[in-house]
Amino acid sequence: MRVALFVTCVNDAVFPATGVATVRLLERLGVEVDFPAAQTCCGQPQFNTGYREETRPLVRRTVRAFEGYEHVVVPSGSCAAMVRRHYPSFGAEAASLGPRVYELTEFLVDVLGVTDVGAYFPYKVTYHPSCHGLRLLGLGERPRRLLEAVKGLELVELPGAEECCGFGGTFAVKNPDVSAAMGADKITNALSTGAGVLCGADNSCLLHLGGMLRRREDPLRALHLAEILASTEEEPWQ
Amino acid sequence: MSGTFVGMPSFPKAAHEAVGDATLRANLRHATHTIRDKRARAVAELDDWAALREAGKRIKDDTLRHLGTYLVRLEEAVTRAGGTVHWAADAAEANRIVTDLVKATGETEVVKVKSMATQEIGLNEHLEAEGIAAYETDLAELIVQLGEDRPSHILVPAIHRNRGEIRDIFREKMGSWGRPAPEGLSDTPAELAEAARLHLREKFLRAKVGISGANFMVAETGTLVVVESEGNGRMCLTLPETLISVVGIEKVVPTWRDLEVFLQTLPRSSTAERMNPYTSMWTGTTDDDGPRTFHLVLLDNGRTDALADEVGRQALRCIRCSACLNVCPVYERAGGHAYGSVYPGPIGAILTPQLRGTTSDIDASLPYASSLCGACYDVCPVAIDIPEVLVHLRERVAGEGGKGHRLEKAAMKAAGWVLDHPSALAAGERLASATRKLHPKRLPGPGARQWSDHRDLPELPAEPFRDWWKKNRT
Repeated sequence: MRVALFVTCVNDAVFPATGVATVRLLERLGVEVDFPAAQTCCGQPQFNTGYREETRPLVRRTVRAFEGYEHVVVPSGSCAAMVRRHYPSFGAEAASLGPRVYELTEFLVDVLGVTDVGAYFPYKVTYHPSCHGLRLLGLGERPRRLLEAVKGLELVELPGAEECCGFGGTFAVKNPDVSAAMGADKITNALSTGAGVLCGADNSCLLHLGGMLRRREDPLRALHLAEILASTEEEPWQ
Repeated sequence: MSGTFVGMPSFPKAAHEAVGDATLRANLRHATHTIRDKRARAVAELDDWAALREAGKRIKDDTLRHLGTYLVRLEEAVTRAGGTVHWAADAAEANRIVTDLVKATGETEVVKVKSMATQEIGLNEHLEAEGIAAYETDLAELIVQLGEDRPSHILVPAIHRNRGEIRDIFREKMGSWGRPAPEGLSDTPAELAEAARLHLREKFLRAKVGISGANFMVAETGTLVVVESEGNGRMCLTLPETLISVVGIEKVVPTWRDLEVFLQTLPRSSTAERMNPYTSMWTGTTDDDGPRTFHLVLLDNGRTDALADEVGRQALRCIRCSACLNVCPVYERAGGHAYGSVYPGPIGAILTPQLRGTTSDIDASLPYASSLCGACYDVCPVAIDIPEVLVHLRERVAGEGGKGHRLEKAAMKAAGWVLDHPSALAAGERLASATRKLHPKRLPGPGARQWSDHRDLPELPAEPFRDWWKKNRT
């Protein structure tokens, strides 16, 4: 099977390791991966901040970049939700991309039909389900099932898991105090689990939480799910 | 902090104070988490919840689509039953109508049933200025009124207060409003409730005029409905000689049959009860029973403007259950006062800017007072897509180009240009990665400074993904 990788602008510029891990993981599972270089950003930051007209060219660009691909895989629930839930309001051409876009865990579980991807990750992990993956896409138990099948991994329950971490795109900038208070509570809950890794399937949330963790110099580390799933005994995560 | 919301600072400024108040944060956290867990259990008991939610949404939407027809039908039915209907286009007109009606009775005191509509128009303050004392009889409203405070929650207006604070307010203030608090009052719920009961009983037995709102108005019979937990409302609705009800025009439902849906979804969503303890219904006047005079003031106050907005009008479905407040992580940290309106939380963030417009600082900031996490939409018993309306209102605010938005729009446009030119984007990413050792951890400038006040900026990678791809896969 041949798929297009929609790496997302945040991953491209700030978290390339997530993109690399997604490529390695998919290739390990026998999937041929393309990276259409015309892709940039899905337009979610503009759209959610109220700049619909500024979003339009990015919607057009994204749709054109993935023309002709039956499966487009994106390691971000939030960008997948933007395409699937909000692109239809930009017309029929934009709407056509939604049904072909799969968030990484959806693609693995629903299209490839795997939950055990042959990963090895000998650490204690707690999982934060990001709001857009959880509520807009309805990812449900998919990420958890994938994590539970990872060899060596101990999954511990995150208290208040379904509460927002406080990132919210430009919300973190427009309402810095409330955003930081929400992030601090999320981190307190994550630390209470004794896990060494706070896993998520959306680097935007992890950018916010990881930045707070580094400021506090806690032992907990934020890591994208793709990097855990890409890790094997032969090529462990470093 | 008394009285009015006029001249509120923008939401982020108002929230700054609340976030720093440890007692407030603890009070809110405790209260919202308790009620949200109970609500989830009460809702889970019904296996037809999704169908009820859809039915409630449809009834409200169908009614709003033919609002004029149902309001006229309601007016005819109320009049036929011996009541008098008044139409108020805005707060000033509603206040004037109510004041004139009270003055016509010759009374200078009224007792009030908890009502959002009368708070929205600032009726108590207006009556006070006209020499009429309005006594709130709902326990939480009484606490707010005695404390010269503002309500901070739709259903539990004193949610920001704990028991110790309430005891202090009763001890200090009850005496100046009527019967004082009993000697040695403690902070146990039973003693606090008894103190309020004694204080209020005196008011109920003396009052000649009652003022209420209504949760629903049934067009076919002209019947008004109030649902409550304490029974204070029923006292106000039945004991006085004159009853004046001020109700938003969106509260009408066509038939009694429609009530069946809301009498299931409202209590479970708001107080997590299967049925609310008191459901009072009244139709005009009845000889030798209840008020001898009944007036209904139908309030617009921005509602027809909201109705004209295709996306925004769904906010008028709201049945004021407050489930969205209890589940909102922003409300939990910022508190109700930060929203600068009697309608706080997610519903307030979409309702207030529609009712009042977006010209003031606070109203323009409200659509941004959300991380768009979507928890509010999940719990709403009439399926108001609050995140959708928030984004829609952000478009309105950004389009108006107010303070900060011109700069932001320019930045969005510039970012948009780069993002529409992948080679420029790649060059920018490459430059950022190459200079990463020089990047400071804290940055000046709008956005970056707020970000780095609380978090480290991420360390940029040695190369962006598209360069890795080029090197390794092409």
